[in-house]
Amino acid sequence: MNFLNTHLLSLILFLPTIAALIMLFLPSAETKLLRWFALGASLIPFVLTLVLWSNFDSNATGFQFQESYVWYEALNSSLHLGVDGISITMVLLTTFLTPLAILASFSVTDRVKPYMMLFLFLETGMLGVFMSLDLLIFFVFWEIGLVPMYFLINQWGSANKDYASLKFMIYTMGGSLGLLLAVQMLGVLFGTYDLVVLYERWNSLSASSIILGMPVHTVKTIAFWAFAVAFAVKVPLWPFHTWLPDAHTEAPTAGSMILAGVLLKLGAYGFIRLVLPLYPLEAKIFAGALAVLAVGAIVFGAFGSFGQTDFKRLVAYSSVNHMGFVVLGIAAAGLAAGTPEAHIAMNGAVLQMFNHGLSAAGMFFMVGVIYERTHTRNLEEFGGLFPLVPVYGGILIFMSMASLGLPGLNGFVSEFMVVRGAYPVLKIYTAISMLGLLFTGAYILKGIAKVLHGPMNEHWAHGEHKLTEISTREIFVVVPLMALILAIGIWPAWILEVINKAVVALF
Amino acid sequence: MNFPILSIITFLPFVAAVIMLVMPANRKTEVRGVALATAAIDLLLAGWMYAQYLLGDLTGYQFIETYNWLPALGITLKFGVDGMSAPLVLLTGIVMFTGVLISWGDDDKHVMSGIQDRPREFFAFLFLLAGGVFGVFVSLDLFMLFFFYEIAVFPMYLLIAIWGWVKTREYAAMKLTLYLFIGSVVALVGALAMYWTQYQNTGVLSFDMIQMESAGFSAAFQYAWFLPVFFGFAVLGGIWPFHNWSPDGHVAAPTAVSMFHAGVLMKLGAFAALRVGVMLLPEGAKQWSWLVMSFAGVAVVYGAYIAFVQTDMKYMIGFSSVSHMGLVVLGVSTLNHNGLVGAGVQMFSHGIMTALFFAITGMIYDRAHTRMIPELGGIAKVMPFATIGFIIGGLVSMGMPGFSGFIAEFPIFMGVWEEQWLLAVVASISIIITAAYIMINIRKVFFSPMPEKLEGHIGDVTVLDKVAIATLSFLMIVIGVFPAVMVPMVEKGVENILRLLGGS
Repeated sequence: MNFLNTHLLSLILFLPTIAALIMLFLPSAETKLLRWFALGASLIPFVLTLVLWSNFDSNATGFQFQESYVWYEALNSSLHLGVDGISITMVLLTTFLTPLAILASFSVTDRVKPYMMLFLFLETGMLGVFMSLDLLIFFVFWEIGLVPMYFLINQWGSANKDYASLKFMIYTMGGSLGLLLAVQMLGVLFGTYDLVVLYERWNSLSASSIILGMPVHTVKTIAFWAFAVAFAVKVPLWPFHTWLPDAHTEAPTAGSMILAGVLLKLGAYGFIRLVLPLYPLEAKIFAGALAVLAVGAIVFGAFGSFGQTDFKRLVAYSSVNHMGFVVLGIAAAGLAAGTPEAHIAMNGAVLQMFNHGLSAAGMFFMVGVIYERTHTRNLEEFGGLFPLVPVYGGILIFMSMASLGLPGLNGFVSEFMVVRGAYPVLKIYTAISMLGLLFTGAYILKGIAKVLHGPMNEHWAHGEHKLTEISTREIFVVVPLMALILAIGIWPAWILEVINKAVVALF
Repeated sequence: MNFPILSIITFLPFVAAVIMLVMPANRKTEVRGVALATAAIDLLLAGWMYAQYLLGDLTGYQFIETYNWLPALGITLKFGVDGMSAPLVLLTGIVMFTGVLISWGDDDKHVMSGIQDRPREFFAFLFLLAGGVFGVFVSLDLFMLFFFYEIAVFPMYLLIAIWGWVKTREYAAMKLTLYLFIGSVVALVGALAMYWTQYQNTGVLSFDMIQMESAGFSAAFQYAWFLPVFFGFAVLGGIWPFHNWSPDGHVAAPTAVSMFHAGVLMKLGAFAALRVGVMLLPEGAKQWSWLVMSFAGVAVVYGAYIAFVQTDMKYMIGFSSVSHMGLVVLGVSTLNHNGLVGAGVQMFSHGIMTALFFAITGMIYDRAHTRMIPELGGIAKVMPFATIGFIIGGLVSMGMPGFSGFIAEFPIFMGVWEEQWLLAVVASISIIITAAYIMINIRKVFFSPMPEKLEGHIGDVTVLDKVAIATLSFLMIVIGVFPAVMVPMVEKGVENILRLLGGS
């Protein structure tokens, strides 16, 4: 038990990888075994995360469950892990969504073994970003997660997968180039990558000192934008978002679930964990610029979504729209750091990350369910399907309402908090973003209407194309999502309590 | 007297070459058996030596052996390794072993992979080459270093001209040999100048490099001779603008020779440039580092860009080697701790990676009879194991964290940050270009639909090929995940270099 307590984070982090390596030696033909093995292997980290959650002391400030192992001695970098109230929510989200995504992938029949292995590798990559307290390790996991995702899209995606996967890879790597250089610069300047040390030293540089032949302020500004662009590509913020609709649309269903559910959060998490603490001053100065990009994402994301005829693209653009609120909250928190407004906005942003993870994964799954049956995502080819698949229809409406922000479901809580926190400090931006919120309603209803209502497309009613109802396995995937969505919507305190303490301590 | 491990490692290939040459030519399997056994023994010895150095926490020059060779001129056969050269000795052992494995091939009429034409002579020449390479890495005597250097270059000519790609082999062999001889002659002149100056300064006639480190060369002497010595050797390292022989040589060479060429021979150039140029003429190195650094910076970006536009897989890898070796020289030119550590690791990492690339490209070429990227496709279905190997190599090449390339490139860039941050920013563009061409190549060659022409003609690789691929891939991951298996060792070599550079 003692070992478990002291090594909890590294166990959660590396168990998926170990499981993937064991899978290497399982026979490729035994697809059933492989599927259940992968599911079981991804459930263990989830159970351990529940242990982590229950042992987490939300009243203590600072990082808990810290572990540190020397990794790259020459560069003074260690595998330093730890969680606070913000990262533990993200860890929970990741370990919660991965088993669901694997369960959703039981319908994959092509090369099950590498598929499941890539998913487990991906889980380690994502968890590593959320847990690391060392800048170099952060970067290592940040980049390494790209590889499994690239191959999941490239190998198991739909028609335009080559284009989409390469675009995803090059956009993200290109975005991270600035981050890489800035990380190197920090390493050269301070001789350490430990975040806790870096926060302190980087911020205590006197304003008049000269580094690299430039005033400190200039260097910080450049480094701020290098960080910000890397994370903005991942979030994604307008105008860096164009890789997202392609990648989401072409990815296999479970890939989209993870991509929208967790991968986008890595970008937002980067803002919270690195950008605001390392550049408080710059975050204040450039909050307006960040807010412009965020509002751009909210408004154009909503318009873009409304204009789609492809169901999956519609949901993909809705992610741009929803993630915009996260960054709006972050920008407001940066501007108003230290005030109650900042705390409300940041709480909202973190909760919105969690909520969007749930609802986006649910939405992509629902799109996947119908796509697997009809092999089309074109909204014009659906219509009036509600009587054919009443259970599916009901769940789809539930998910859509969560996405729309219906009070009583989770999205409402977090979006309200973001707007409440941002309005006093970023009035005009928040007001414009309401335009996006309006169109959120429009595109969500458009999606529901085109699929479920209107005149029934008889093609799906009879014969070999007859639409079948959602299966038990698929219900098992969505029910946990629905339960959490409802739980946060009705009683958000259980999760906000954990987030709030960390937010108040940091910002 | 300790166990003379270094001379055994060095001379075993020569002995094996002679044994093979006296064996009957038609006993192909036996010849291959001798080759494989020799390579395996050499690899084990090199691995043992490496483990001794690493685990024994040794520093400085170790396993030193000295024999008189020509005392009248002060030439001794002096061997020894430090933290810089020990990984390279191991690298040579690995490339030699895997090179023999993949040259074994399959003599089925329909496949004809590996070396089926006169394997006896092929392996004999290959081992002469390997012995020469070992010799350079372990020599602590400048004369002996040259001696082995020339021995290593010469068999390349025959190996390429006889077993190479029919279309360009004569041209490429000639070009390669002329380039390298000119380079080494220039460096030799510099070495002789050092020898005589040392005699004038101290009255000692000696080629011993450890002694030469304290020969008291004047600053003016060092400024004048650094460039010829450094660039004379660096030609073999493929430094821009003298890189142009290298891709041609890679393309024309048979698979195992390409592996040696890119994997080890180019390291020879970089290592000798570091050992003789930087370590014996430190003042000169400081004076000219800006020039070396700019040339290397050009090589990094330009090499990546030229690799991007290639349609022949071997040319693509050849130019990517120019780019990656540019990173090695870039690391050396920073003359600081991080840059040199990165350069040391990059030499090993790139050696393994590029050997893997050439091995797999050779396997594809043997079966598809083409290396043109547009004419290939669907290889993943028929050669799944090789595909995974190539992907791992590709990830190393683009410097993906978790693999050895990152462990090497990251400190190099940090070193450059310390000297000239603008260059770090410019050179980083190469990472994106590399990612693009590697990914596009993997997608096209391995995962696009197979062209009809190739359908049914391509089979999987042999078991020996798989062993070679697995060995090389494994090493890249181990170093990537546990840098402690190599970095502390290289750091010790770097300490020595920094001491010579005056503790900066």
